[in-house]
Amino acid sequence: MDYFLSEEQQMIVDVARQITDEMIVPQRAELDETEDYPRDILTAIAKADLYGLYIPEEYGGLGGGCFEIVLALEQFARGCTGVATAFAASALGAYPILISGSEELKQKYMPLIASGEKLAAFALTEANAGSDASGIQTTAVLDGDEWVLNGTKQWITNAGEAQIYTVIAITDKSKGPRGATMFVVEDTDPGFSYGVKEKKLGIRCSSTRELIFKDCRIPKDRVIGRIGMGFITVMKTLDQSRPGIAILGVGLGQGALDEAVNYAKQRVQFGKPIISFQAVQHILADMAIQTEAGRALVYAAAKHIDAHKNDMSKASSMCKVFATDMAMKVTTDAVQVLAGYGYMREYPVEKMMRDAKILQIYEGTNQIQRNVIGQELNKEYTRS
Amino acid sequence: MKIIVCVKQVPDAKDVRLDPKTNTLSREGVQAIMNPYDRHALEEAVRLKELHGGTVTVVSMGPPQAEEMLREAVSCGADEAVLVSDRAFAGADTWATTYTLSQAIKKIDDFDLILCGKQAIDGDTAQVGPGLAERLDIPFVAYVRKINDCTANTIRAERLMDDGYDLLEVPLPALFTVVKEINEPRIPSLKGKMKAKKIDIAKMTAADIEADPEQLGLKGSTTQVVRVFSPELKGERAMLGGTPDEQVAQLYEKLSPLL
Repeated sequence: MDYFLSEEQQMIVDVARQITDEMIVPQRAELDETEDYPRDILTAIAKADLYGLYIPEEYGGLGGGCFEIVLALEQFARGCTGVATAFAASALGAYPILISGSEELKQKYMPLIASGEKLAAFALTEANAGSDASGIQTTAVLDGDEWVLNGTKQWITNAGEAQIYTVIAITDKSKGPRGATMFVVEDTDPGFSYGVKEKKLGIRCSSTRELIFKDCRIPKDRVIGRIGMGFITVMKTLDQSRPGIAILGVGLGQGALDEAVNYAKQRVQFGKPIISFQAVQHILADMAIQTEAGRALVYAAAKHIDAHKNDMSKASSMCKVFATDMAMKVTTDAVQVLAGYGYMREYPVEKMMRDAKILQIYEGTNQIQRNVIGQELNKEYTRS
Repeated sequence: MKIIVCVKQVPDAKDVRLDPKTNTLSREGVQAIMNPYDRHALEEAVRLKELHGGTVTVVSMGPPQAEEMLREAVSCGADEAVLVSDRAFAGADTWATTYTLSQAIKKIDDFDLILCGKQAIDGDTAQVGPGLAERLDIPFVAYVRKINDCTANTIRAERLMDDGYDLLEVPLPALFTVVKEINEPRIPSLKGKMKAKKIDIAKMTAADIEADPEQLGLKGSTTQVVRVFSPELKGERAMLGGTPDEQVAQLYEKLSPLL
């Protein structure tokens, strides 16, 4: 369907599509096997200026918004959700600085992130703090001119590959939700190290590791925003970033649909291509309907977020739930269309099905998203 | 460093058909692309610019449609683009083409290095690079697989040979034709694409380059194509089966009468 993109937006799609078709698709199976981080692809993405899509021009970016990064992510995810995740993780790590950081922090870090010269990562999750972010145990204590961090972050995307980490830690336990603060930690800071690389079901080429802080000392001016405002920054960051996860579902769904239709046109059973059977046509039709509906919702949510910075949560959560549940279903159906061949690693759809599962889990499980939507509905209807 | 890259628009080799009557390439409806070897020449020029500073100007002799390819070259890092286009250039062979390009490049005048692809995938002659160097009276190196370093006056390059490579140092200005081993061409950047959309492509006609009309196009071409035909397949093909030992025995049996 035609979404009436501007000329500039169409260029974003074209550049991202070329990288996807020429670099990501040919390498995805091998990257899935070796679990190697896709450095050369990310370098090409950086050279193509796409790391700066959502970053204002005064910090070296292209001045786009949520919608622009969504357009690029959709193409990457059509090729490989692992590569797309590795790319998106840098934006997730950058948003806290962009949303709440001081002018000095923005000047210092955003141009490096916009050029792709340095990668960023976002560190919230811990062993006892997943859906319940208030369970955070990592602490930060001010000692003279330095903050001293202690604790361990878990399942951090881009860990060990990024140079710039935005980390939330408890600065005053007695203040509850107002007692957490966000910091920028650099890979070279003393007392900062990484845990082993996790072995995952899907998105295997993206890096997932622990961040370990042992008396990690950072300069006082690395605080993002005000002390005690960490959770607010986290919530705003996730509201901003979730359409980026939602669109991975759309890209992935499109990739699965492409594979399924092409296969169904070629596979002959009972003397006919299987696409001529209604049983198969209906599966494909449902896949197409759902993918397009997901795309329409994510595009609309991204545009809403770009226009309404103070009213993002519901749109953001709705598109995340819909598009990622859709991706799980569509990729599972693609495996069904390819049947025995689809179950084999020789074809890309089993990987797509494995990759889809994480989308329902990370950046807030889909159950948590439904909580958010429910709470927002409650607020909305109380107001009116 | 000021670098000129000569590029040619060619039909996409994935989609080549012959006109059954004339036996010439049918260009109707065939996608036109930048000659793949020229893409490597452009990438090398942009790489050198990023390393040493300077500018990259792409030049193409071709029909007005070649403008699209020149914009693509700008999106991949070229700073300026010149389209040398005139009806009088039609039907040019490599002799007339090198004359036309040399006249255009004399107008551009200021350059340190000219890079071309080793050949175009349509004509496959590999003559335009060396011919152009001859016309401009500058040193020429073919099959360059690596440019090592350059100073203000000299440049060092590796020339790919069948049995290795030659390391050459030549004075500037010079002209190199490059092989695909030299680099991996980049994907256009977003800023490049935006620039390409807006840039003014300079146009040069036969009058602009002060060309002698007698030396242009079909009239200035020394090559006359008398007839084009597909070679007839001759000879028979036989596949030998069985184990390697059996195959050797069969081969020996077939060859021995000829000894």
